[in-house]
Amino acid sequence: MICLAIACDDSASPETETKNASKASANETGEQPAPLLATGESQNPATRFAVSIRKPLGPPKVSTGLQDMHGNLVLAACSTCHTTRPPNHQNKLAKDLDEFHSEMQFSHGTISCLSCHNERDYDALKLADGSRVEYADVMLLCAQCHGPQMTAYQHGAHGGMTGYWDLARGPQIKNNCIDCHDPHAPKFPSMQPTFKPQDRFLDPPRTDH
Amino acid sequence: MTADDNADLHQSSPEPSRLLPILNQPATRRTALKAAGAALGLAAFGKAVSPLWSIPENVSVDEFLQQHYKELSDTDKQKVFARLESETQQKLGVEITISDPPPIPGVRYGYAINLSKCNGNGACMEACNKENNHHRGVQQSYIRVLELPKGTMDMEAGNTTYDHTVPQDDKYYMPVQCQQCDNPPCVTVCPVEATWKEEDGIVVVDYNWCIGCRYCEAACPYHARRFNWEEPEIPSDEINPDQGYLSNRVRPQGTMEKCHFCLHRTREGRLPACLEACPTGARVFGDLNDPESNINWVLQNKRVFVLKEELGTQPSFFYFFDS
Repeated sequence: MICLAIACDDSASPETETKNASKASANETGEQPAPLLATGESQNPATRFAVSIRKPLGPPKVSTGLQDMHGNLVLAACSTCHTTRPPNHQNKLAKDLDEFHSEMQFSHGTISCLSCHNERDYDALKLADGSRVEYADVMLLCAQCHGPQMTAYQHGAHGGMTGYWDLARGPQIKNNCIDCHDPHAPKFPSMQPTFKPQDRFLDPPRTDH
Repeated sequence: MTADDNADLHQSSPEPSRLLPILNQPATRRTALKAAGAALGLAAFGKAVSPLWSIPENVSVDEFLQQHYKELSDTDKQKVFARLESETQQKLGVEITISDPPPIPGVRYGYAINLSKCNGNGACMEACNKENNHHRGVQQSYIRVLELPKGTMDMEAGNTTYDHTVPQDDKYYMPVQCQQCDNPPCVTVCPVEATWKEEDGIVVVDYNWCIGCRYCEAACPYHARRFNWEEPEIPSDEINPDQGYLSNRVRPQGTMEKCHFCLHRTREGRLPACLEACPTGARVFGDLNDPESNINWVLQNKRVFVLKEELGTQPSFFYFFDS
């Protein structure tokens, strides 16, 4: 993953402009779908910092199971194999596959591989209407089914973020869908709590007084 | 002077009228006892107040004489900050900077937690512990995550000591921290005005003015205040040097503390540490006065509730579920 830094405007605004600037943020988190993946734009760039969304690097690479002379895993692009294989729209689970991907867990509704993967170019994805979408723009693909989540995301109520709440003072960086959700099994994983404050009120009551 | 001296003086004097009035009285058993009693009382009183004549070793003269924070001028504050910085340098060997960012004019903070998202992993508590220079020994934090059975809002049915994988299917998780009430009972009960509500809605504590009576801890219906039973112990390399006077500076022993929405961060426009740390994205923070803010979108579009609404505390902290 990389963070696609969208050009920030360094002119930190004086405090008096904070309110106006906050109002201008409507453009970035508002209803229009356009700013979804290009949120660096705003109506009043002179007083605004950007909200940037982390993006996947690009098409994933698949391990071939081989090692090169240095002991590194040999990775192959999807298109390396798939350009010569006929697409099978029935494949949904790992057991449907003859080679590769057999270790993967699939738990994403009843969709098939080619619901999202692009059979015309396996180094890209496709939307429900068949149009091509790059791996880096995967959020467009997710959003076509997960509308309420995307709406909440655009308003900062879904998905993690770091940086500034006040865009007049600094930029904000937001996770994209697949930072937190495995696209093949999107349920958020279980976790093990590692930090526990010791609350003295939870100690067993003392009996020695 | 003893009672005997008094009696001798009185008897040998030819002109009693020239003596001091107290001596010009017949020496009786009663006056003698009175004098002895008064002397004893004075001695006892002196003994009782003697600690007041000397300043304890761990309090500097400047600190002892410091005025209430709201009465300090800007130059006074700079002196206080410089003193605290050098004291920390001496005591812990760490260079820190203490600031006091004022409320941003026109901003009023609100915080909301999505209980459909929170899975009780506790990353927020850990982030709070590190950001706010909490005592490491007891893993102090301003946040407490309750594990509650689904189907109840009874906080007493919750527990905070779960240590299994989360989330459990029959449970939900509710982080509780200071609700920054608009009608804060903790502020009302403070006998010395060491805690107050600022313009941006944050209830703050002046650790130097607090006398540690813990009335506020008892008054808070959310159990959100913490008492420093011990001098906080933090390894020098883990101290967060970006400190605020009213927020995350290392607290003295015997003072109350509480969540301050990371005011040393949020008043500079940054997000609170617990929000940045949340791996589930369950936390929403922003300006309630800005109609386009994230927090206002939540308030307008989600079914939002506050904890213990019936108490009339009017929290600035909200909870909601998806759909």
